[in-house]
Amino acid sequence: MYVKSGTTTIKMTARRWALIGATLAGVFAAGIVAASPKIETWTTANGARVYFVPAPELPIVDVRVVFDAGSAKDAGKDGVAQLTNGLLGEGAGELNADQIAERFEGLGAQFGGDAQRDMAIVSLRSLTEPSLLAPALATLATVLTQPTFPADAFERERTRTLVALRSQEESPEDIASKAFFAALYPGHPYGTPPLGSEASIKALSRDDLVNFYQRYYVARNATLAIVGAVDRAAAEKIAEQVAGQLPAGQAAAIVPAAPLPAEAKLTRLDYPSGQTHILLGQPGVTRDDPDYFPLYVGNHILGGSGLVSRISDEVREKRGLSYSSYSYFVPMRAAGPFTAGLQTRNDQADQALTVLQDVMKEFIAKGPKDAELTAAKKNITGGFALRLDSNSKIVENLAMIGFYQLPLDYLDTFNKRIEAVTAAQIRDAFQRRIHPQRMVTVIVGGAAAKPAP
Amino acid sequence: MRNLKTLMLLCLLFPLNSLAQSGGAVHEYRLDNGMKVIVKEDHRSPVLVSQVWYKVGSSYEHDGITGISHALEHMMFKGTKNYGPNEFSRIIAENGGRENAFTSRDYTAYFQQLEKSRLEISFKLEADRMRHLLLKPEEFAKEVKVVMEERRMRTDDSPQALTYEQFNAVAYLNSPYRIPVIGWMGDLENLRADDLKRWYGLWYAPNNAVLVVAGDVDPQQVLALAKKHFGPLKPSKLEPLKQRQEIPQVGTRRLTVKAPAELPYLMMGYKAPPRTANPDEWEPYALEVLAGILDGGSSARFAKHLVRDTQIAAQAGAGYDLDSRDQSLFIIDGTPSQGHDIAELEQALREQVKRVRDELASEDELKRVKAQVIASDVYQLDSVFYQAMKIGSLESMGLSWKIGEQYLERVKAVTAEQVREVARKYLVDDGLTVAVLDPQPIDEERARRMQQGQQGGGNHVR
Repeated sequence: MYVKSGTTTIKMTARRWALIGATLAGVFAAGIVAASPKIETWTTANGARVYFVPAPELPIVDVRVVFDAGSAKDAGKDGVAQLTNGLLGEGAGELNADQIAERFEGLGAQFGGDAQRDMAIVSLRSLTEPSLLAPALATLATVLTQPTFPADAFERERTRTLVALRSQEESPEDIASKAFFAALYPGHPYGTPPLGSEASIKALSRDDLVNFYQRYYVARNATLAIVGAVDRAAAEKIAEQVAGQLPAGQAAAIVPAAPLPAEAKLTRLDYPSGQTHILLGQPGVTRDDPDYFPLYVGNHILGGSGLVSRISDEVREKRGLSYSSYSYFVPMRAAGPFTAGLQTRNDQADQALTVLQDVMKEFIAKGPKDAELTAAKKNITGGFALRLDSNSKIVENLAMIGFYQLPLDYLDTFNKRIEAVTAAQIRDAFQRRIHPQRMVTVIVGGAAAKPAP
Repeated sequence: MRNLKTLMLLCLLFPLNSLAQSGGAVHEYRLDNGMKVIVKEDHRSPVLVSQVWYKVGSSYEHDGITGISHALEHMMFKGTKNYGPNEFSRIIAENGGRENAFTSRDYTAYFQQLEKSRLEISFKLEADRMRHLLLKPEEFAKEVKVVMEERRMRTDDSPQALTYEQFNAVAYLNSPYRIPVIGWMGDLENLRADDLKRWYGLWYAPNNAVLVVAGDVDPQQVLALAKKHFGPLKPSKLEPLKQRQEIPQVGTRRLTVKAPAELPYLMMGYKAPPRTANPDEWEPYALEVLAGILDGGSSARFAKHLVRDTQIAAQAGAGYDLDSRDQSLFIIDGTPSQGHDIAELEQALREQVKRVRDELASEDELKRVKAQVIASDVYQLDSVFYQAMKIGSLESMGLSWKIGEQYLERVKAVTAEQVREVARKYLVDDGLTVAVLDPQPIDEERARRMQQGQQGGGNHVR
């Protein structure tokens, strides 16, 4: 956590899932013991599913509209999902980009958008004061339902995307992540970068965005999450106002299953950095995976609990090899990645990789110790309230539950399901599902230490 | 720009500094040993955050021991007389907690986020490590390697971070603000456990600490627990810090940073005053509004004119650090768009600076900036952690948390004339430092380093 403009550094891991999977809102799934919010849900006349939790304490409303329109829907036009999402605020109805920005910001409203692999998100935070909320919602509705994709804004944002792509090329971490997904998901929609590539971005046309928008930004492909100081009747009006004018359309086709690689793959990329970045993994779990809970608790012990995890203990605490070493699952529509990783001084890369592999193999072979399992359960269940302690976190969880159509009691039963996990289940689940001999390994960096062959 | 990483990102979230007027009551106490205890109630959720702030950071350091405050922060997790290495983290985890720590120029802070019934375990452990840290040489030898990896990751392998680090070292001549928080690599190599012991002895004492607790708590119970655990700790005789105030800048400074990179990057920093306790002072608030007019969102001038209209910038930002012990900086930064270079970007940014010096901001612009500040003031209440953070950071810089309470009213009172006046007074060439990241071809650098690798040399950090 940087507190100020790079003047602050912290001790613990830069949690990579926050960078890669934050919008999936559930690398660490959520729940609560007693104070679990009561979720109300309904469907708008045109078919959008709505999830609502009242939060009367602060005069704020959060609206999060999620479409099944992430980069998994790019279909050969890599980058179209993100660019479509990014263009919504660049012109809509009678408004140009300046006017849209002025409207939201003049009201103190915060408008945002993002598209990762599964979800495309459009979000609004506003005060509940009617003279502020009403026009903010009206502008949101215009942006969502009448975007104009102006030709000049398209050209500009396309150019800025090319700049963003070059910025990724100067980050060994980004280079590694891109190579990792490509190796993990060959031929699968998750394998391509959400930002696209230079060639794919240059090949896009404005029509591609319009077509993408028309196909996917439709009511039956939308989930709305609403949290704030409004009652059910007001929330219903908000949902109608925001999404009521979307055409009904059709839900997107489900993304195909992601197969495991047949054999181990190694990608080694030289980069003139002082550190080597290592990623190791395979396709992991879906959101509704029956093994999710044993794998989640097991990973908490293996590499998901910061400094007290096994990976961190062996790599960082015992050997001082890395600042951030970890493993995590990102549950997605199709099997999202299981990833273990670290970064270390170039000449230590081989040693660190061996440690990482050994810890993983040992854990898969023997499973957790009883004391580790008890500690992990205490941490996960005892800290449950922290996962829902703000409107921001609640709205993210609501959108996640709605998008993946998890049961409405998901939060209520979460702790029970964690408690029910046994050491034998964890060992069994890891042995059936996690295969070190078929993993993808990506190594980026190391030019100084590892002369090219 | 959502995908273009910029170092200044957090700094540029304009309303970050504003402090909520509303929200729960704040209670302030002082223990007999001099430790300050501040409690902010927020009963929305059954959780709390507990933070211990020490008045020490990289601006307390001197050449040769840079990074020692941050290294000590790491060592605070490595064991006391009563708890082994990493046991602190294990106990907090078993209590369902999340914990971490952070170091800045002006403070070092430790925190735990917990369910509301678990406050005492936090106090027990924090009180223990405030006075009983072991600092074993063998633990330090491992941990300083972790810190060096952190430095490589955050700074050495990040061209923009590297530029920012060297920019600071040039913008400040004699102020310790020239020191990077993480420390120079050479100094890290020379640090020893004994150095940290001395540093710990100087600063880690109840009379140099502020305890902040926010959340679903009863202030009287918090105070009682604080007395029980922190009360018995002996205060230290604190040596007054020798002030090293930055000398006046008397001319533009320029530097170039060459690093393997794809994109050029420009930083321009003007010396500007920080907020103080003076109730009549308005300039820092006018500088905040100025930053908002330039870069307070998508409707602000940089996004409108530089990114959308002329398209000279792929990204451009402005930010002002309201709170610091020494001189602050008003920083403008940017990345040129394709087909434009650093010189064109600098000229475009300078034209924007000239405009705020020459012309009054419009009423609409002023209103928009203030509307965002007013709304953010409420939005911030959604985070218990952030509420505690604002109190702790002000207190550890020697300012009362109460100054933060005035933020909203002070910003609302800023006039267009005042914005122009601070622009004229502070956005001047004589107080300006300009840093340019000059990207070196990554492929050539790769080849060069490979050759060095084959010759078996070329890595001074090992």
